[in-house]
Amino acid sequence: MKAISHVVQSIPPSGIRRFFDIVSTMHDVLSLGVGEPDFDTPWCVREACIYSLERGHTHYTSNYGTIELRRAISQYLALSEGLEYHPENQILVTVGVSEGMDLAMRAIINPGDEVIVPEPCFVSYKPCVMFAGGNPVVVPSYAEDGFAVKPQEIRAAVTSKTKAILIGYPSNPTGAVPARETLEEIVRIACEHDLYIVSDEIYARLTYNGKHTCVPTLPGAYERTILLNGFSKAYAMTGWRIGYAASSPEIIEAMMKIHQYTMMCASTMAQVAALEALRNGDRESDEMIEQYNHRRRVIVKGLNDAGLPCLMPGGAFYVFPSIKHTGLSSDEFCERLLFEEKVAVVPGNAFGECGEGHIRCSYATSLDKINLAIERIARFVSRL
Amino acid sequence: MDIEVLKILARDARTSPAEIAVMTGKNEDEVRHAISEMEQAGIIRSYKTVIDWEKAGVERVFAFIDVRVSPSRGVGFDDVARRVYKYPEVHSVYLVSGDYDLRVVVEGQTMKEIAFFVAEKLATLDGVLSTRSSFLLKKYKEDGEIYEEPEGDERLAVTP
Ligand SMILES: Cc1ncc(COP(=O)(O)O)c(C=O)c1O
Repeated sequence: MKAISHVVQSIPPSGIRRFFDIVSTMHDVLSLGVGEPDFDTPWCVREACIYSLERGHTHYTSNYGTIELRRAISQYLALSEGLEYHPENQILVTVGVSEGMDLAMRAIINPGDEVIVPEPCFVSYKPCVMFAGGNPVVVPSYAEDGFAVKPQEIRAAVTSKTKAILIGYPSNPTGAVPARETLEEIVRIACEHDLYIVSDEIYARLTYNGKHTCVPTLPGAYERTILLNGFSKAYAMTGWRIGYAASSPEIIEAMMKIHQYTMMCASTMAQVAALEALRNGDRESDEMIEQYNHRRRVIVKGLNDAGLPCLMPGGAFYVFPSIKHTGLSSDEFCERLLFEEKVAVVPGNAFGECGEGHIRCSYATSLDKINLAIERIARFVSRL
Repeated sequence: MDIEVLKILARDARTSPAEIAVMTGKNEDEVRHAISEMEQAGIIRSYKTVIDWEKAGVERVFAFIDVRVSPSRGVGFDDVARRVYKYPEVHSVYLVSGDYDLRVVVEGQTMKEIAFFVAEKLATLDGVLSTRSSFLLKKYKEDGEIYEEPEGDERLAVTP
């Protein structure tokens, strides 16, 4: 048989996948490795979906998504961010931010184009660039900066081939939320070099100190930004697979063209659910966010007390403590912690080389479990 | 008053001031002080445990008694309610809108005991016109607590 695509071959399997395979052979593992809410989807959302199924709403929708949902998204962006995206041609409903990311990359990249990707970052960013025929150009971020990328690092990485900057804040895996000025500076660089900005803001609602900075609201950003967001995290809807992209009519038209031929439309029942989430889900969402916030403080104190230096993250539901002083690599630390104490965390290098020396702990888990996991981590670290 | 502290205690009354301090980013003395002030002000009325008595094998019968009251000069709803809630058998009393005026929850060991209590004590009170009783058969949810086995965590153990 002839070999499969060399682009696909060139992409290593996800570091998370490898770790998952080990964990899934074990019993009674206490996991801080889960990248999704522990809450179930608000009942009003589930109920609205059940009702729509009973009424037979089981058909294709417009390629863009139902106009009701696009109007609700447009309204949400107008109310919460003061942004104007026309529901007719500036919003595309996608199968999660995951599809939105893939579409964004395929819509803007020509073979050989470079996309600047600050790391540590979500595992799918680089592969999405590569599947689209682009070259990801990685720039590291550092603990000293709270894991917000330094704009000058981005500036230094720009070449004549650079097409876009891909950022995702609040960050998975670090929880980083850059200062507004940092984001403004990144936008300025994009303007100077005429680059697109792809901004994954899936954790926007999970911002704990003050208001989230939405990138397209920054001076000069609106025309060149593809804003990606979704329902997975804020409304505990990971399994529904629903999100959206908002951008200029030209970009949305291009993304829709790919979406039309590869996906047709996002799942109809998930669209119904997403509409209900926007209409009536905020009360429960706020309640979840308050609990994440409590857990955030507990886990940061617990890990620091356990001897793992850990910054207070500004958003998402992850902390990214350092394990450098243990002398172990991220992989060794995680494997030994798993085998010796049955606690699963994710090695930081799964999110980029500069994540080495760190581990990602998710606090999307009950306080009781967080406390128990910290006890075990403390015991493990004290033995090293 | 500190709503955030109240919400944490409402979820789990055993959360210690030290734990609450970490969760909210306040200092422990501040939390202790806020709690004792709210206790003194009667905002925090008591700390209790939610018990599934049926699971504990303890027979307890509950009935909801709707009571129609005709208030008269000098004897208002509050007076009737007061006479009712003093009975230890009475679990709760509410003034409600609609066809009936008071909703009384009565607790006893047997249905018969409750039936007699209603007939002899409630129905005969001055100002009580009529009563309607319904016995509790199964408790699905009370005070936000769902009385079913919670479902386990079905998430994959490690995800991106
Ligand atoms: C930063 C980030 N972007 C995107 C996604 C994927 O989200 P969705 O479920 O909307 O595809 C995740 C999920 O873990 C994420 O953490």
